[in-house]
Amino acid sequence: MYDFNYHKPDTVADAVALFNAAEDAMYLAGGHTLIPAMKQRLRAPTDLIDLSAIQSLGEIQAKDGSLLIGSTVTHSQVAESEVVSAEAPVLAALASGIGDRQVRNRGTIGGSVANSDPAADYPAAVLGLGASIVTDRREIAADDFFQDMFETALADGELITAIRFPTTASAAYAKFPNPASRYATVGVLVAKTAGGVRVAITGAAASVFRATEMEQVLNDNFSVEALAEVRLASDDMNADIHAGAEYRAHLCGVMAARAVASI
Amino acid sequence: MSETVNLIVNGQDKAVSCSANTTLSQLLREHLMLTGTHVGCDTSQCGACTVHVDGKAVKSCTILAVQVDGSEITTIEGIANQGEQHAMQAAFKECHGLQCGFCTPGMIMASIDLVQSGMDLTEPEIREGLEGNICRCTGYHNIVSAVASAGQKMREA
Repeated sequence: MYDFNYHKPDTVADAVALFNAAEDAMYLAGGHTLIPAMKQRLRAPTDLIDLSAIQSLGEIQAKDGSLLIGSTVTHSQVAESEVVSAEAPVLAALASGIGDRQVRNRGTIGGSVANSDPAADYPAAVLGLGASIVTDRREIAADDFFQDMFETALADGELITAIRFPTTASAAYAKFPNPASRYATVGVLVAKTAGGVRVAITGAAASVFRATEMEQVLNDNFSVEALAEVRLASDDMNADIHAGAEYRAHLCGVMAARAVASI
Repeated sequence: MSETVNLIVNGQDKAVSCSANTTLSQLLREHLMLTGTHVGCDTSQCGACTVHVDGKAVKSCTILAVQVDGSEITTIEGIANQGEQHAMQAAFKECHGLQCGFCTPGMIMASIDLVQSGMDLTEPEIREGLEGNICRCTGYHNIVSAVASAGQKMREA
């Protein structure tokens, strides 16, 4: 890991100002993706801006029918939060299945969403529940946020401050985890929302995506049987040593059915 | 960039000068000579480097020392009480929960956190709780027995 200048601001405004003043800065939350990437010298920022001293980023609040989770809230905090369990229990369940206990004690929701790893769990929840991403300058709908593998709508230096989820009890997440890393080989979140059924799939393609064919079928008939009619094409699916594209396409149907069955 | 990191390590105040790119595992092993914390994979998978930061088990190879400035750190060297083994250490010995011993410091630190979290200590819960720790010798059976045994003792105490 190359050396860097380290900063620990205590306000969002200071964090953004430090970012803009530096040559090639990166924000640091839990560091559980960034630090391994820096060790491999895939990343070599001149400046790291540690967000852990900004208290407002670490809060979980339920208000006006939505659940606001600050960007530096850890996976274990989401998993154990009574507010999350009451307002959107699917999020607590999802968070409790990320990585392992030690990783959950450090990894953050904002880091996961900003990174947009194709196999991360949180993007499925953010897109599937129709959440929005609150930043230092605007609020971005999930449908516009995830663009491609490790690519999001975030501008240079834009800082996620929170994720705003609609409160819901009618949602479930089912994943087929990689047995070693617990990343999603395929993970499917199904939610019944005011605007209809949403199905978001992570792990299967370059980025999390909505399975609109599944949504249409489930809007007409919300059942495992109805879902059985849908076969996702494997053309754009990921293929690696863990699972081929056709197998991933098959898993999408299996995981979606498990999610539907548990709602 | 050189930084000064202030920590309480195993109950003692420490001020360490190190470069910003020093990991917590490097600080413990190379600056404080606490080599009981092992680095196996250095990629946050194997869990051998597990220590407690403010009471929570974390992988010290994937944390920068500067990130935990002001925190309380407990390592494997800090859990025995005046020469008497911690209940978890004693249980690993009693149940033969180790063979080569390389993963053991991380296993013990993760297991203590698991017991202290208050979760049920059934076999599936223990196995799931130790997913972040890899042992290539034992097959885990005796490790699970050790955690169950020590957990009972720790909760009775």
